[in-house]
Amino acid sequence: MSEPALLATSGLTMRFGGVVAVDQVDFAVKAGELRCLIGPNGAGKSTFFKCLTGQLRPTAGSVVFADQELRGATTHEIVRKGIGIKTQVPNLFDGLPARENIALSALQNHSKKRSEEITDQMLELIAITALANRDVGHLAHGERQLVELAMVLAGQPRLVLLDEPAAGMTAEERGRLANVLRELAGDMSLIVVEHDMQFIRDIATEITVLHRGRVFLEGDVAEIMAHREVQEIYLGKEANGAA
Amino acid sequence: MLRAISKDWLGAGFVTVIGLAILFFVPVLFDLFEVLQMTKYVVLALFVLSLAYIWGFGGILSFGQAGFFGLGGYAFAVSSINMGQTTVPFLIAIAVAALFAAALGYFMFYGRLSDVYLGVVTLVVTLILWKLINHTAGPEYVIGTARLGGFNGIPSIPIMTLPWQPDQEMEPSHMFQYFMAILIGVYVLLHILIKSKFGRIAISIRENEVRTGLLGYDVRLYKLAIFTIGGAIGGAAGAMWATYQTFVDPNIFSLEWSALCLIWVMAGGVGTLFGPMVGVLALEYLSFQLGQTDFINNLIIMGVILIFLVLLLPKGLFPTFRDFVTKHWNRRHE
Ligand SMILES: Nc1ncnc2c1ncn2[C@@H]1O[C@H](COP(=O)(O)OP(=O)(O)OP(=O)(O)O)[C@@H](O)[C@H]1O
Ligand SMILES: [Mg+2]
Repeated sequence: MSEPALLATSGLTMRFGGVVAVDQVDFAVKAGELRCLIGPNGAGKSTFFKCLTGQLRPTAGSVVFADQELRGATTHEIVRKGIGIKTQVPNLFDGLPARENIALSALQNHSKKRSEEITDQMLELIAITALANRDVGHLAHGERQLVELAMVLAGQPRLVLLDEPAAGMTAEERGRLANVLRELAGDMSLIVVEHDMQFIRDIATEITVLHRGRVFLEGDVAEIMAHREVQEIYLGKEANGAA
Repeated sequence: MLRAISKDWLGAGFVTVIGLAILFFVPVLFDLFEVLQMTKYVVLALFVLSLAYIWGFGGILSFGQAGFFGLGGYAFAVSSINMGQTTVPFLIAIAVAALFAAALGYFMFYGRLSDVYLGVVTLVVTLILWKLINHTAGPEYVIGTARLGGFNGIPSIPIMTLPWQPDQEMEPSHMFQYFMAILIGVYVLLHILIKSKFGRIAISIRENEVRTGLLGYDVRLYKLAIFTIGGAIGGAAGAMWATYQTFVDPNIFSLEWSALCLIWVMAGGVGTLFGPMVGVLALEYLSFQLGQTDFINNLIIMGVILIFLVLLLPKGLFPTFRDFVTKHWNRRHE
């Protein structure tokens, strides 16, 4: 605990009736860190993200971001403090062109003119300039994922939450995404939820395993991949074709 | 992108020019009765803009636009009878409707009402207003010198004057031109608003509310503002209706008005400003012609027309026409 954490949760808990989706999670990421969050279906990964962004009000526990308690803050307030999220089910403006989708994000902090410039930068960074004028409702799933990533980045967040960003992507798109994420780490913190182990190997340094709402294990890639119990609860399941 | 934007402004410019042509030539080319009839369409076109804007460009579907129409009408009636002038009452009417919209909107948006309940609440609130006003027939319901009159309504509402000629009641042709100028003004202002940063964010709310919030925008505040603007426009239309008729009664709050407003917008095309105004004109003209035969209920006919339109032209008259024209245009220029 030499460097202070950018984001830290303590005892974070989310119950839905009898289901405890997130169970007393203590979790921290440092500035500039890229962390993967893995766990089987229903482990609570998406729910954990929703608690961080104020989309859900946690039953108990606290979230501290950049030394500020987020408890009680609304989603837009949290986003303005510097957290951006790509949700598991893409959340886009389907009837609008990719360019406008991204520009609307940049417009939050910037003038019209500046937001156009940022939009161009993001289109280039993610290499989707060719899609700029297409309505995102007509794009393939993988392309939509890329547009949503560009949109999140255009908000210039300090912490980016990506919920299964590689889902539906072609191998080429996955490679591009992995490169972008590796490049971004350092400038900002990223938490990436993924099921694809190859993709995780490509990007990850540190991994947190979530199981039944609890932090099951934390460690580096090699450690986690080698861990027998992790293979049983997660990798084993995937190997059986469940994921 | 640039071409798309300029094309858009071109469309608005074109509509404005048509509007100005109507403003100048209708009183010259048509007789008094026809001008009066068209004045009615102008007022209703303004009324329909209130819903065309909040629904088409903010994604707020209100089943109670007649509430603001009625409040504007009654506020204008009461204040103009009391004040013996019409300019300030016109502003009062707009303010009353806007304030009511703001209060109702605050309750709905900050109470996190879902879209379905929002529809229900707007409907019910309008019904309550209608009921309340209906019960004010007794002499004790008087504001200053204006009796509310309950189901009898308020007669002898002053005819509007031009703001700079407060002693001169407007002639029908001047009223037509004044109202037409207001309609064009509101249309242009709304167009500018829609193209502004505020308008772009409002459209993003229509497209995806959750995402708009996740980009850091305060969705509730924006919706409140959009709804309030719609209320203000509805109130202005109500005041114009009151002075045009020189009479209001509680039926101004009726479900029929809210339903007609919805039908006009749907028929003309949600997501445009011009389409719904065309919708008013087309359907009101039709209903006027049918009304002269007087053998079937107008609202039933409107309902049937709406069903056909929804099935055959789900986008509405104007967008269907526009898409058709651009398609053929593009084909010819390929
Ligand atoms: N709104 C809700 N109401 C009730 N239960 C919920 C709700 N959202 C999630 N859950 C439950 O919480 C648990 C965790 O769900 P969550 O979506 O967070 O899992 P996940 O790790 O993201 O899974 P996946 O990999 O399938 O996306 C599940 O048992 C789920 O059924
Ligand atoms: Mg999930």
